[in-house]
Amino acid sequence: MTGKDAIIDRYQDLITTYIKGKSETALYKGQQFSRKLIEQQISPEDVISLHIQVMHDLFPDMDEDMRDSFDFLLEVMIGYGFAYREHQSLRDKQQQLESEIEVAASMQQTLLLSDVPEVDCLDIGVISVPAKKMNGDYFNFVKDGNALSVAVADIIGKGIPAALCMSMIKYAMDSLPQQQQKPHLLLENLNHVVEQNVHPNMFITMLHGLYNPDNHTFSYAGAGHEPGFIYRASEDRFEDMIAKGIVLGVSRTATYQPYEKAIEIGDMIILLSDGVTECRTSKGFIERDEIVALIRKHMDRPAQELVQSVFEELEKLQEFELRDDFTLIVLKRVV
Amino acid sequence: MNLQINHHTIEQTHSLKLAGEVDAYTAPKLKEVLVPLTEKEGQEIIIDLSGIEYMDSTGLGIFVGALKSTKANNSSMKLRGMTERVRRIFEITGLTEVMDIENEVKGEAK
Repeated sequence: MTGKDAIIDRYQDLITTYIKGKSETALYKGQQFSRKLIEQQISPEDVISLHIQVMHDLFPDMDEDMRDSFDFLLEVMIGYGFAYREHQSLRDKQQQLESEIEVAASMQQTLLLSDVPEVDCLDIGVISVPAKKMNGDYFNFVKDGNALSVAVADIIGKGIPAALCMSMIKYAMDSLPQQQQKPHLLLENLNHVVEQNVHPNMFITMLHGLYNPDNHTFSYAGAGHEPGFIYRASEDRFEDMIAKGIVLGVSRTATYQPYEKAIEIGDMIILLSDGVTECRTSKGFIERDEIVALIRKHMDRPAQELVQSVFEELEKLQEFELRDDFTLIVLKRVV
Repeated sequence: MNLQINHHTIEQTHSLKLAGEVDAYTAPKLKEVLVPLTEKEGQEIIIDLSGIEYMDSTGLGIFVGALKSTKANNSSMKLRGMTERVRRIFEITGLTEVMDIENEVKGEAK
C-alpha cells in the first residue's frame, strides 16, 4: 500500500466514524489528522480532491449538483495551494538563513578571538557574553614587546551590521601598530576610519589602554566608553576610571585626552561594557555601586574566577535573560 | 514599556515631546518621526526628553543620526529636559560636546 492509499483509507475511516457518530472525539481526530497531512506536505487542494474521492466511494449515488460543487471547490482552493507552497519555500529559506547566521556568528567568534596573553606581573580575567547570537562587544589584547595593550569596545547598533563593523575595527587596529603605544592617538585614528565608514546611526565606544610592566603605569584614553574602575589596594577603595572623549564615528575632528595611572601591587584595573551597568532587574537598574560590591565580594579569588562569579550573580539578578552584551575584564597586579 | 511621541509643528519649528523609553524596540518609531524632519532644509527641531525614563545606546544612535542629518541640511536640533539618567549617557558618550542641550536637569524619573 502506498503512502497516498494509506492516507485515503485513513481519511475514509475518520469521515465514516464522524458521519455515523457525530462525536467530538471524531472531530478531534480529524484535527490531528490535518497535522499529519501538513507534515507530509499535502496541500489544501489535495485535501479537497481526497475528500471528493472518498465521497464518491461512500456515496456512489450522490447528487450530480453536489458532485459538481466539489469540483468547483477544488478550483477555488488552488489559490490557497499556491500560498501554501510559497509559505513552505519561505520556511525553508528562513531555516537556511538561520543556519547561515549561525555560521557567521561562529566565524565572528573565530575571527575576533583574542587570546588572553600571559604577563608575569598581571593576573588577567576576561568574560564576554553576547545577549543574542552576534556579540556587539569587542575586546582585544595585543602584547607589544613587554607592554600589554588592551581594548574594550561596544558597537552601537545590533546584530549583523554591528558584527561587520567590529571586524573593520579589528583590522583597522591591527594596521595601526605603532599607535598601540599611545592610546589617545590610536583612538584619533580609529575615529577617522569609523567616521568615514559607518552608517549615520552607528557609533562605537571604546576604551584603549596600555600597561607598561617596566614602570607599572597604565596609560589609557576613552571614546565615550562606560568608565571602568581602578581598585587601590593600599586604600581599599575603588575609583572611577574617568576618560573623557566623544564616541568614535560622530565628529571627524575629535581628539582624545591621554591619561596615566600608577599601578601598585594588589591594585586592579577593571574594564567593562555598558551591558554591565545597564543591567535591568525587576527592581530597576543595577547601579555602579552594586557592581563594585559584587567585585569586592569576589576580589580575593583569581581574576578569571572573579569575572565569572560577577557575571553569574548579575545573570541571576536578571533572571538569566541578558538584554545587552556583557564584557568584564580585570587586570590585577600581583608582583 | 512604550514610547509616546507628541509632535507639533509651527512653520519651520517642530516640537517633539517624548515619554517612555527609547531602546532597541522603540527606536524605529522615533526614527520614523524624527528623521524626515531632519532631512528638510532650515528646520528647527526641539525635543523634550523630560518624560524619558530610559534610553539605551540604540536610542542614542537615533539622535546621532539625526544630528548628522540636521547638519547636512542646515537645520538644527535642540534637546531639553533630560533626566539625570539620560543626561549621564549623553555625558559618558561625549555627545554633550557636539549636541545642543539645554542646561536644565530634571530629577531622576522614578
